Amino acid sequence: MTEQTYDNFADHYNFAYLDEQTKRMIRRAILKAIAVPGYQVPFASREMPMPYGWGTGGVQVTAAIIGANDVLKMIDQGSDDTTNAVALRGFFVKTTGVEATTKTSEATIIQTRHRIPEEPLKANQTLVYQVPIPEPLRKLEPRETETRKMHALEEYGLMHVKLYEDIAKYGEIATTYAYPVLVNDRYVMDPSPIPKFDNPKMHEMEALQLFGAGREKRIYAVPPHTKVESLDFEDYPFEIQKFEEPCALCGAENVYLDEVILDDKGARMFVCSDSDFCEDRRENGHVGHMAANPITESENRGADA
Amino acid sequence: MTTPSLGLQKAPAPGLKNPVHDAQKIFKVAMNALARPGSLQEMPELGLEVPAPLTQTVAALALTLLDYDTPVYLDPALAQEVDVVDYLRFHTGAPIVALASDAAFALISDPAKMSAISGFAVGTDEYPDRSTTLLIAVDDMTNTSGATLSGPGIKTETEFDAAPLSPAFWPQMIANQTLYPLGVDVLFASPTHVAGLPRSSKISMKEAR
Ligand SMILES: [Zn+2]
Repeated sequence: MTEQTYDNFADHYNFAYLDEQTKRMIRRAILKAIAVPGYQVPFASREMPMPYGWGTGGVQVTAAIIGANDVLKMIDQGSDDTTNAVALRGFFVKTTGVEATTKTSEATIIQTRHRIPEEPLKANQTLVYQVPIPEPLRKLEPRETETRKMHALEEYGLMHVKLYEDIAKYGEIATTYAYPVLVNDRYVMDPSPIPKFDNPKMHEMEALQLFGAGREKRIYAVPPHTKVESLDFEDYPFEIQKFEEPCALCGAENVYLDEVILDDKGARMFVCSDSDFCEDRRENGHVGHMAANPITESENRGADA
Repeated sequence: MTTPSLGLQKAPAPGLKNPVHDAQKIFKVAMNALARPGSLQEMPELGLEVPAPLTQTVAALALTLLDYDTPVYLDPALAQEVDVVDYLRFHTGAPIVALASDAAFALISDPAKMSAISGFAVGTDEYPDRSTTLLIAVDDMTNTSGATLSGPGIKTETEFDAAPLSPAFWPQMIANQTLYPLGVDVLFASPTHVAGLPRSSKISMKEAR
């Protein structure tokens, strides 16, 4: 959509909902976040026309960067079709008139809740994460004044103690989501509740990664080509989840799979969490071992929501 | 948006033609510049007429990023021009500060005579974001000579230089980098392009030039 066609909407909405003063404030926070990778920049989060749990931080970041020529993809747990993704995509289409897509490769801005697409992102793309709890040290230290000091002094010993307690208790690091990372050798950062399977994708990614936490009023960033290491120990190196079988629908290996329950007798299958990736593979002739299964797309995704 | 009590002698030159879409495009240029240090990001056509010695590109960045919440420092060449001061006050509302260390942004129109970078705000250990961003007007920028940059946003390394700069500029920016994660960030503004030099960039100079 062009600026001219957008302007037909302009009587009813601010472009991307936010007023220009708010966008400027968020944009300044984004620039600081990029200059200090992994550091949480405070910002004056605004009330948005949706509840906090719906990703108001990501929405504000997207609203501050989006332009009339952007192409937007909105994903929730890997899917473009959950209620959350559909509602947020509709919000931006209504308030900006931009083109929306489900194709990862066609998007210039991808706003995500809890996944990184399987297809490697490119330099002309920006990945915006919805973050519920931005502070990786919060579970260890509830006081903001203290966590801020810990970041300032690079006092990350407690974090390692917590991970090591896991090893003592379970024989491995039990954290599988929101697994903490060290960014640019300086700040420990919460990657948002993505599966740790996705952590390696953050490292040296071609695309800019922006993180917005609405309720907690924080923005942080990982610029392109930036070192992102998952915390670990020499004797217990970081490992991603492994899946025993490929995607039942498209046969993909080395991708993140969701379990789908097929009936009340316990039959189940594992399919790509990234629905666009899976569809794309099937369109290109890849067939999984249960591809003939009558389960429909919508039921498949419903099991994930 | 306008502040009625400015006591202006005459109307300032107009601001952005399309405040919403132009500001988004200019911000995107600044964002990409800082996300990919040293890369030359092309500015959109804006047709801004701004009072000298303010340049169109510095003015565009200022109109996009400054407001009541951002104290701004003007270098002497800008501060002494009433038209420049009126233009910035009228379009941004940003309070103009005399002390470099109080500034969220600094506008530098004469970089050859720039004051010491160490005089600007570098943030605090707990809030490294409370620092000055320098918007520096330059005539030319290049990726074929100058300092070698590496770090976040740069795949391996990249060369970058801008002109004119004072001979003290690069040594001061190397000192700035040692303060990381504190420090100032720089946006260079040529007539057609913007380039970023955030505090995270590691800078090395060739021994002999
Ligand atoms: Zn699949």
